[in-house]
Order: sequence, then structure tokens, then C-alpha cells
Amino acid sequence: MKQLMLGNEAVARGLYEAGCAFVSSYPGTPSTEITEAIAKYSEVYAEWAPNEKVAMESAFGASLAGKRSFCGMKHVGLNVAADPLFTIAYTGVNAGMVIGVADDAGMHSSQNEQDSRHYARAAKIPMLEPADSAEAIEFARLAYDLSEQFDTPVLLKMCTRVSHSQSVVECGERVEAVKEYVKNPAKYIMMPGNAKKRHPVVEARTRALTEWAETAAINRVEDGSDHSRGIITSSTAYQYVKEVCGDRYPVLKLGMIWPMPEKKIRDFADSVDEVIVVEELESFIEAHCNALGVAVTGKAIFPVIDEFSQNLVAEKLGMAAPAAGAKVADAIPPRPPVMCAGCPHRGLFYTLAKNKITVLGDIGCYTLGAVAPLAAVDSVICMGASVSGAHGFVKALEGKADGKTVAVIGDSTFMHSGITGLVNVAYNESNATIIIVDNSITGMTGHQQNPTTGMNLKGDPCTKIDLETLCRAVGIRRVRVVDPYDLEQTETAIKEELAAQEPSVIISRRPCALLKYVKHNKPVTVDNDKCRSCKLCMKIGCPAISMADGKASIDNTLCTGCGVCTQLCHFGALNMAKEDC
Amino acid sequence: MKTQNIMIVGVGGQGSLLASKLLGRLLLTKGYDIKVSEVHGMSQRGGSVVTYVRFGDKVYSPVIDKGEADYIVSFELLEAARWTEYLKPNGKLVANTQQINPMPVITGAAQYPDNLAEKMKAAGIDVDAFDALSLAEQAGSTKAVNIVLMGHLSRSFDFTLEEWMEAIEKSVPPKFLELNKKAFMLGREA
Ligand SMILES: Cc1ncc(C[n+]2csc(CCOP(=O)(O)OP(=O)(O)O)c2C)c(N)n1
Repeated sequence: MKQLMLGNEAVARGLYEAGCAFVSSYPGTPSTEITEAIAKYSEVYAEWAPNEKVAMESAFGASLAGKRSFCGMKHVGLNVAADPLFTIAYTGVNAGMVIGVADDAGMHSSQNEQDSRHYARAAKIPMLEPADSAEAIEFARLAYDLSEQFDTPVLLKMCTRVSHSQSVVECGERVEAVKEYVKNPAKYIMMPGNAKKRHPVVEARTRALTEWAETAAINRVEDGSDHSRGIITSSTAYQYVKEVCGDRYPVLKLGMIWPMPEKKIRDFADSVDEVIVVEELESFIEAHCNALGVAVTGKAIFPVIDEFSQNLVAEKLGMAAPAAGAKVADAIPPRPPVMCAGCPHRGLFYTLAKNKITVLGDIGCYTLGAVAPLAAVDSVICMGASVSGAHGFVKALEGKADGKTVAVIGDSTFMHSGITGLVNVAYNESNATIIIVDNSITGMTGHQQNPTTGMNLKGDPCTKIDLETLCRAVGIRRVRVVDPYDLEQTETAIKEELAAQEPSVIISRRPCALLKYVKHNKPVTVDNDKCRSCKLCMKIGCPAISMADGKASIDNTLCTGCGVCTQLCHFGALNMAKEDC
Repeated sequence: MKTQNIMIVGVGGQGSLLASKLLGRLLLTKGYDIKVSEVHGMSQRGGSVVTYVRFGDKVYSPVIDKGEADYIVSFELLEAARWTEYLKPNGKLVANTQQINPMPVITGAAQYPDNLAEKMKAAGIDVDAFDALSLAEQAGSTKAVNIVLMGHLSRSFDFTLEEWMEAIEKSVPPKFLELNKKAFMLGREA
């Protein structure tokens, strides 16, 4: 039966059909739905790990034990898991192991635009790259066959437009595939003596995979009527090329992006007058062609920045693109993402901005504390960098930044990579204040459970890691909890902890307002007679508050009655609705 | 059949994902090749969001580019104005007249342009703007604004009312079915 399926769900379906029995992932847009979808199959054990390195190592353990395994992550997650990646490349696998990684050209939801294809080449691991949902199912299944046939983990590379597009698929049946675990120290213990013997195996494997790539059906030539040009492409760029060129030019579509074939590329180049490489982000196929001595044109005409589209491809290939439609002359103000009405992070950032505190920020919904009018954040790098960054900042200024500098990190992010930073704060004794914004969920990526929430991916209750105990255990003596809806309490805590002559942790605790179990109060009411139009309530950047006819006005469809704005108003114009007081 | 292109635009959290799900279900029963693309993640936190729905004999690109859309369905007026360049010369804009201020307008850094519907018409755009929010309220929930808009869009297609209703039944939970059917009809007749 034909059905419409999201690219990420199709990956999950392919994994399922291939008999995948163990999944450990860390969420990250645009990869998250792969793991959410596979968790729905009862035959598959699936979990959220605290970070990508743990996920990958767990998936390796399961493969070693004889179960086909998977770990999924976004592109920057592969940086975190790079350490095991480069050595699992040496050990190879027992049962098949597939690593899903999703790039984000255009940075719809990411802090950089890195191209994870480089990891395939650098770690010497094959990488498959589907271009739609049907291929996502097919390639996920194929990935396990390749993994076992060539004794290697296999990277399955997605990107935003393949992950988050639904297209038509047909599903198959699940086939179970289990192996025995047999102890094999020479293969699985990577100390120098063994690793030296494994490296030649890895090189031979790449040669064998290159041979396979020469005849693989997923590296296909689609002939065209006009041989003045031939195009080498893959993934979503292939879709744009076909959209623009139809069957005019011959196309070599690479389904396996590493290792790439050599003879097939040479033969293709010989069959056309000129070769153009159309690939998003870095020169990867192009660099390979150059290394083979095959003349191609790629990044000389196509950008390395941002995602492509059909009009961009048409323009760069010198073909007709439709003219843009009409528009109004007025400037259209941008609509950037904002903290939701009722977001518990708001009160905290308002307090930090008000006290002009330097904030080493981190990644999550609370990154939006950087946006005007709160504008309370000084830096955001990668997950965990707030805690270690604040440590470095405070240490470097030798006391001058003490009392003025904090790190702000989410609950999931703290579990991911904040703990080691906090150990450093305690161990090397910096006078940093670390604020953990605990909204009881992994918010930014769409509400995933994490080790602090007491629930697992399958929705069952489980061990809940206690943040207070954990922080004390690593050596922080000053640990306290505040409610960020209470501005006075929050401000007092921040001032006291900043004044303390030792490291401290403040846990700013309030569940995300979008969680189903969170009850909202009635919307805040405005007393127009009392409103003096001072606009102080606008300083918290709440999307539910605006000025109408010179007076504060509350959007009742958005307001959750959190009451933060009522604490700002000096004139008693904003009030909690009666029943809730 | 030549590929048909529908864009659904709005503000993150307004429910455009259900609208595209409904369209996808309907088009699948008609045997088309389909691609539906949406961006999850950051922009859903109250940012500008867009969903692309494409169908025909064979659909390659998952996105719609400038000058390609046969229809734009907009949940909000400013968002409608943001995307009109994506319309074909004879394309049509179906727009909810609701206005939601973006943060730069709330903070006073930018202005929400006035009379946008009239200005779009004056620019030569085929605009069909109506108050879908009130109709959704009338149907029983402001959340049904997505289905009201789909009801209005349905007038431009040859699919039968039964086919639309079947797609609604497959897309919404049973307890909200009556509400959504009512919302659809209010939009269709508006
Ligand atoms: C290495 C890495 N993995 C995953 C992500 C994707 N990501 C961004 S923020 C975030 C989690 C945020 O959760 P939390 O810290 O609880 O903050 P919240 O969004 O709930 O405020 C994730 C998983 C990332 N940016 N980097």
C-alpha cells in the first residue's frame, strides 16, 4: 500500500524492516523523528542517551552483542561522537551498525553549517545518502547489509529537506537478523599492537567498497538527450537538478557518497562534453573528481553557503527560471522565533539583563534569551560550552569578573555535556555561578524526555537523576532552587550566589508551559485606568503583550497567566485573574 | 499532469502541519506523486513558517521557489505579504485577515504595514482575504482556523466534498471530527 511518509520516519521504517533491534540516540533537528518513529515499534529497544557519544558507544555495544543497532544525531552531534566513530571504524562490527546523521544546509535550526560527508572520508566509513523517503527505506536496509558484508559501521546521511519532506513509499516486512557474540581481542581491543594490524584492514575495506561502488545500483546513470553536459549530484541537489533539467542532460546520481567510484565517474565524464557537479555545502564530490584528474565545474559556480533550490540551480546552469511574483512596496518586518508566552526562561533572563550580568549561554530554547528585548546573552557556541566558558572567563579575569558572570544551561544540555564542565569548576575552583534552567523537558527539539525527567523514550517511568544531588556530589556546596515565575526570589538568589566567594549552582525550575500536564492560569487582565503607558511590561518580550491605543494589551489566546508581567507593573494595571489568586 | 504547487504559510504554532497532512491524505487517494515539506524545530517557536505541498505525475524538488506557487494559503496577513513573490503570475492567495505582531513590531523596532490586503490587490495579486478566525470560533475553536482555510481552498479544486471529508476523518481525532467538519464547511461557503 502506498503511503506518504516523512523522510525520518522512512529511515525508521527501513531500520525496522532490516531487523534493527537496538537504538540509542540524542535528539537534534533535523534528525529527531527517526528515533521517535522507531520507538513505536515494539520489536525495537529504543532510548534517548544523554549525548551522542554515549549513544554511539551503546549502539556499538549492541552490535558487538549481536544485535543490529542504530544511533541517530544531527550533524554537530557527530562531533561529540567523533571519538568512538574513528575507532569503531577500525574494529568493525559484529551485527550491522548504522549511524544516522542529518545535516542542516541553510541552518534552519543549527549553530553551524558543517558538512558531515567529511567524516565519512576522514573516518574511512561508507556513507549512503538518500534523496527521498523511498530511498530512505531502501538505503537504511542496504546499510545493514553493507555493514555486515564489509564489517564496518555505515553512515546514513540525511539533510533537512530529505528528513522533513514527506513523499510516497511502499513498506516491506521485517526480517530478523541476529549474530552470536564471539570473543575476539585482536579485532575489538584497540591498543596499539592490535590497531596497527587493523589499519591495513580498514584501507583494504575502502578499496573493496570502492569496487562495490563501481557497479552498485544506487550509483546510477540516468541518460539524457543532450550530451553537451553531464551532471554528477546526490541527495536533495539531485531533486533540484531533475526539476530543472528533466531528462535533458545525463545525470550520475551517487547514492553512496563515500567511497566514490572511480571508473564509473571517468566513464561518465567521457560520455559527455563537460561535467558539472551539483552538491550542497562543501566541495566533496568535486574534490574527489579533481583528485581523480577528472575535470569538473562545481564550486566555481555553485555556492558553499546555504541550501539550494530549483531556481538557484536553474540560474547557475544558465537555464530559465520563473520570474518572481509581485509584492507590496512596504518593508515586511522579519518574524524571528521567540520565547513562548509563559516560558519559564523569561523571568530568569529578564533578571539577568536587569542586573547587567555577563551570560555565557548555551543551546536550547533559552538561547532565545539572546533576542531583543531581553538581549541577555553574551555567547553561544555548542552544547555544554556555557559552563566551561564561564569557568574560563572568570579565571582569566582573575577575580574581576567574579560576581558578574554566570553560565545558563538547560536540563538536557547539562546532562549532555554540562556535568564535566561543572566538575572542572569545582576541581579548579573558579568562582563561577552556574544556572541550570530546568523546564523538565528537552524543549527546543520538540519535547523529548531526558535523564532529569523521570520518563524514558518509550513513555515509561524510570530513574530520575536528581540535579541537586548530582551538583553537590561533584563538589559544589552552594546549590539552590528558584521559581523563575517569582522575580523577587530569582533576583535575590542570583545576587546572593554571585556574591558568594565560591562556585555555586542555581536551579531555575518550572516545567515548560507547552507540556500537556502544565495547567495554565486565566489570562492576565489589564486595568486601562491604571495603565500609564510606561511600557515596562514590554521589556520581557512576551508575545502575548502589546500596546493597543497607548495601553498595554493582552492576547488572551496566547497568555498563560504566568504573572511575570504583573510583577513588573508599578501601577497595578496588570493583574492575575481573580479565580487564580 | 503538470506539478501543482500549494504553499501554506503562517506563524509557528498556528497549526499549518495539520493543513498539510489533510492535503497529503487527500492527494494520496487520488494517486498523485506528492511531496510535502515542512521545517520542524526552531522556527516553530513563533517564527515565520512555511509548508510546501506539491503534486503531479512526478514530483522532484521538495520545495516551491519564487514564481512557482499556484496557491498560497496564509494563516496571517503579514506572512501572506512576505511570500507573494512565490506566486505564479496567475496564482491565487487565500488569506486569513488575522494579524499577529512579530517581536520587532512589539518592541517598536519595526512597523506592521497597514492595509496589506488592499496593497496586495493593488500590486496585481489575486487576493481572497477573509476572517477565518471568526469562522473557526463559530465552529467551536480558534484552533480550527487551519480547517476553515482548507475549506476555502477546496473551492478551487475539483475534488468532491466527500473526498475532502474522508481526508478530514483520517486526519483529526474522532472527538474533534464534528467541529472540524463544521469549520471546513464554514470556510468552503465563506
Ligand atoms: C551536539 C548537539 N546535539 C544536539 C543538538 C540539538 N539541540 C539543540 S538544543 C537541545 C536541547 C535543549 O534542551 P534543554 O537543554 O533541556 O533546553 P530547553 O530547550 O528545554 O530550554 C538539543 C538537543 C545540538 N545543538 N548539539
